[in-house]
Amino acid sequence: MADLIKVGMADYKVGRSPSKLISYGLGSCIGVSLYDPQKKVGGLLHIMLPDSTQARASDNPAKFADTGIPLMINDVVALGASKSRLVAKIAGGAQMFAFSNATDIMKVGNRNAESCKQILRRNGIRVIAEDTGGTYGRTVSIDLATGSYKVKTIDRGEKDI
Amino acid sequence: MIDEFDLTPAQLDAMREIGNIGAGNSATALSQIVNKKIDMNVPRVSIIPIEDVPDLVGGPDSIIVAVFLRVYGKAPGSILFLMPKENAFYLADDLMGKPHGTTQELDEMSVSAIKEVGNILSGSYLNAFSHFTNISMLPSIPSLAMDMAGAILNIVVLQLGQMGDRAMVIETKFLAEDDSINGHFFLVPDPGSLGTLVKAVGVE
Repeated sequence: MADLIKVGMADYKVGRSPSKLISYGLGSCIGVSLYDPQKKVGGLLHIMLPDSTQARASDNPAKFADTGIPLMINDVVALGASKSRLVAKIAGGAQMFAFSNATDIMKVGNRNAESCKQILRRNGIRVIAEDTGGTYGRTVSIDLATGSYKVKTIDRGEKDI
Repeated sequence: MIDEFDLTPAQLDAMREIGNIGAGNSATALSQIVNKKIDMNVPRVSIIPIEDVPDLVGGPDSIIVAVFLRVYGKAPGSILFLMPKENAFYLADDLMGKPHGTTQELDEMSVSAIKEVGNILSGSYLNAFSHFTNISMLPSIPSLAMDMAGAILNIVVLQLGQMGDRAMVIETKFLAEDDSINGHFFLVPDPGSLGTLVKAVGVE
């Protein structure tokens, strides 16, 4: 039976086939997956915020897109992936509560998604699939045997991206 | 810089006691709305890593109904009133005067009714805080969501996550005698607000 490795909020895990990496209950957070289809290694990162430079204090780089993504890239490369073969899929970035006067922080989902794409692009990694936005939570998992990225919701079913 | 999470036992006690009085007000209000006896526990005041907040309500993928309000004033923060989905349906039944099991999904009426409950609970809760701290704390209009606990708690965690890696939550559980209500009420002060509150209480 394949390993199912949990990735908590503001955390990331890397692994190789046949493991699966899963992160539960993403709202405005983003689940960023990386995968090298040839070596069948990859990782999953659960970021909360777009930019560490706008935050005051934190000793956890996995909380932010700009610091978490490079960390995960290093770790999957250390497991044998080739950086040039890596492909990324991202999901999450919802706005869970609708307020007419929503402050910036409530719309952070959008900025999270934009920031992830920008950081990935800057690192030369293609984003080949995306399921972001909306007003609902997602549970995401990547199957490192196939690279399939599953996005599960409570009343919009499950899809493979 | 003084860490605002370094509270003395007396200060933690003071926060718990104010939470207790606030929750007592809220329980009375709730009991009058649904015309049932409502029990509550002594509030838990915990300072925890923000990643652990979803675990307080059964893990990040359990499905919950949440009423979310912002707290405005000199000590801003967030309020969440959370229930497992089934309990929210029972609460909706009670509010509409229907037998339990009638509500199978949240329509506009029940959403509005549950939001109003969140509103009344928050108002009576914050009254106690305002009274003891002399800081005016006002709730925003409520917003409601039904989804995975982790996704919903993101919003609170985010406010905090921008500043640091820990959160103080004041948590109270409300229970109806017939188990039809099983709600968690959270007050999560924004970064900086905790210090303001503790200072206003004046306990060393």
